[in-house]
Amino acid sequence: MAILEIRNVSRRYADLSAVDEVSFSVEAGEFFTLLGPSGCGKTTLLRMIAGFEAPDAGQILLDGVDLADTPPEKRPVHTVFQSYALFPHMTVRDNIAFPLKMAKKPEAEIRRRVQEALEQVHLSDKSSHFPHELSGGQKQRVALARGLVNQPRLLLLDEPLGALDAKLREEMRGELIDLQREVGVTFVFVTHSQQEALALSHRIAVMNRGRVEQLDEPSRLYGYPANRFVADFIGDINLMEAEVTEASQGHLRLRVPGLGEVMAPPVLDARAGEKGVLALRPEQARISAHAQTAELKNHFHGTVRGFLYLGDVTVYTVELDNGISMDALLANSAPGRAKFFDIGDDVFIAWRHDAGLFLRE
Amino acid sequence: MRGCFSVSEGNLAKRAIVPLSRLRERAGERAKWLVSLPPTLFLLVFFLAPSLIMVAASFRYPGEFGGLAPLFAVSGRESGLTLEAYRFFFGDFTYLEIFLRSFAVAGLTTLICTLMAYPLAWLIARSPKKHRDLMVLLVILPFASNFLIRVYAWIIILGPLNLLYSSFAVIVGMVYVHLPFMVLPLYTNLEKHDPALLEAAQDLGANAWTRFWRITFPLSLPGIFSGAALVFIPVLGMFAIPELLGGTGDILIGNLIKEQFLDNRDWPLGSTLSLMLTVAVLGLAALAAWAGRTRRGRAG
Repeated sequence: MAILEIRNVSRRYADLSAVDEVSFSVEAGEFFTLLGPSGCGKTTLLRMIAGFEAPDAGQILLDGVDLADTPPEKRPVHTVFQSYALFPHMTVRDNIAFPLKMAKKPEAEIRRRVQEALEQVHLSDKSSHFPHELSGGQKQRVALARGLVNQPRLLLLDEPLGALDAKLREEMRGELIDLQREVGVTFVFVTHSQQEALALSHRIAVMNRGRVEQLDEPSRLYGYPANRFVADFIGDINLMEAEVTEASQGHLRLRVPGLGEVMAPPVLDARAGEKGVLALRPEQARISAHAQTAELKNHFHGTVRGFLYLGDVTVYTVELDNGISMDALLANSAPGRAKFFDIGDDVFIAWRHDAGLFLRE
Repeated sequence: MRGCFSVSEGNLAKRAIVPLSRLRERAGERAKWLVSLPPTLFLLVFFLAPSLIMVAASFRYPGEFGGLAPLFAVSGRESGLTLEAYRFFFGDFTYLEIFLRSFAVAGLTTLICTLMAYPLAWLIARSPKKHRDLMVLLVILPFASNFLIRVYAWIIILGPLNLLYSSFAVIVGMVYVHLPFMVLPLYTNLEKHDPALLEAAQDLGANAWTRFWRITFPLSLPGIFSGAALVFIPVLGMFAIPELLGGTGDILIGNLIKEQFLDNRDWPLGSTLSLMLTVAVLGLAALAAWAGRTRRGRAG
């Protein structure tokens, strides 16, 4: 059974709809992520689950019980705040012991569980330190330990990695995955970083303007975005206006202004004359100095207009003969790579007929 | 070979730069001293010097018409140095009694001010930002009218109620005059509290009462302490309020000191009383600092 169920939840601020008829459920033990740009309603939704705000309509059920009449302090749901919100006048030990003291656990149990939590987040040697004596990563760990120590049914995480620098963020990502697997607590994670969401989550709900645009596993979201917003928000992608000229069982034939005729995988119920966008990931587009063999149906000539060297890969921006620009990605480890292209080089861009995706608006 | 060259060049450059930056550091140190010198001198001259004069005066004989008797004998009158004032002070139990009463009045005033100021400061700190400045202004507005006039106003209020010239009237006046000194530091402290801390406490299972006792109150202690210092110490030395609102039995150290200088013309005794008051306050401050340190030590 689902541990958390969101049923048609809405929340309005004045004339702004922060959360608009949202429904989904989270399974026990899941690492569930709410992903979206700032102002998409993800934090409002999280605050409603924690109990700091009440939905205007709809229900939030935990283990099948409506939470409407349960104040935040009575919900078996703990939050890791973006600012950590560690109590500055308490030591690391006292911070972590706080939820246990609130639950009136016996002294011996508190001592034992705080010690366990400290070990879990590798902070045993910092137990007598005050928050201001800790680094950002250590504060983050204390906040996690404090949120998990009383074994909540749900741990809510509000952009917990947002305040850390890039290197530390990557490190904490790994620790977060391990920690969640270890404790088995259900995580509901809020972030605006698609990378973080893809790396951490079992499932992701992509939100925009108060609505869930798509809810799926990371690889499905990346490979099969449901619409233009999701395609654009998750990862890098080439989006080109397109019109269906021929729809059959095996393929779609598209006309892309500024490019030409493109073959794409079939879409359910597509009709000739339908308009939408062609979405193609840069890593699906092959870039080469010579014309490719005929197995690649989509084949265009163009000129390199710019490139971004990222170390492991290089992303080339290529202007095609009919005027449209596309990004193509080349792994720098590619075997037999003829050469590193330069601005102004003549190149060919090609991709398989079953790559790319036709999306209705 | 080229590598070797560049390394030695780097060393040369470093040798040239390091002393320069050290010079700059030294210049910065000097500037710090220069800037802080005038206020330091001011305090030294106008605080320390009078205090020392007071200490010296407490060991002298009173002059015939006020002031101090000369240090060297003139026509058989008392002169030179003496412990007379101290003998007087420690020899008469009434002085100690007045000291103790003064501390009790100051303590009670501070306690009442804290209890009254806390909800008000909290309310201001929790109000919308645009209203806060106006509310703070209202708190300090009484300062716009003269202190004596405000105390006389209390005579008019308490007189008909038959409450005048009593310890009660003194406490009322003391609290009234010193309340803003408690509200302002408390407000400044409470306003800085991160609301996320209360949310976190609630999220982790704390009810409203626990949130106050475990989070808001301990975090506001520095505000309470600075407010307490601003109330307690002035109340100890206050003489106008007991004189105007209190009865004959309500005189405090302030009245005693004032009497020695203005009525009895016994400067040495007045100086001794002032000195004893200063020593008592400093002792109390030292005690508070020590208590604060051991408390933190236990937490750490």
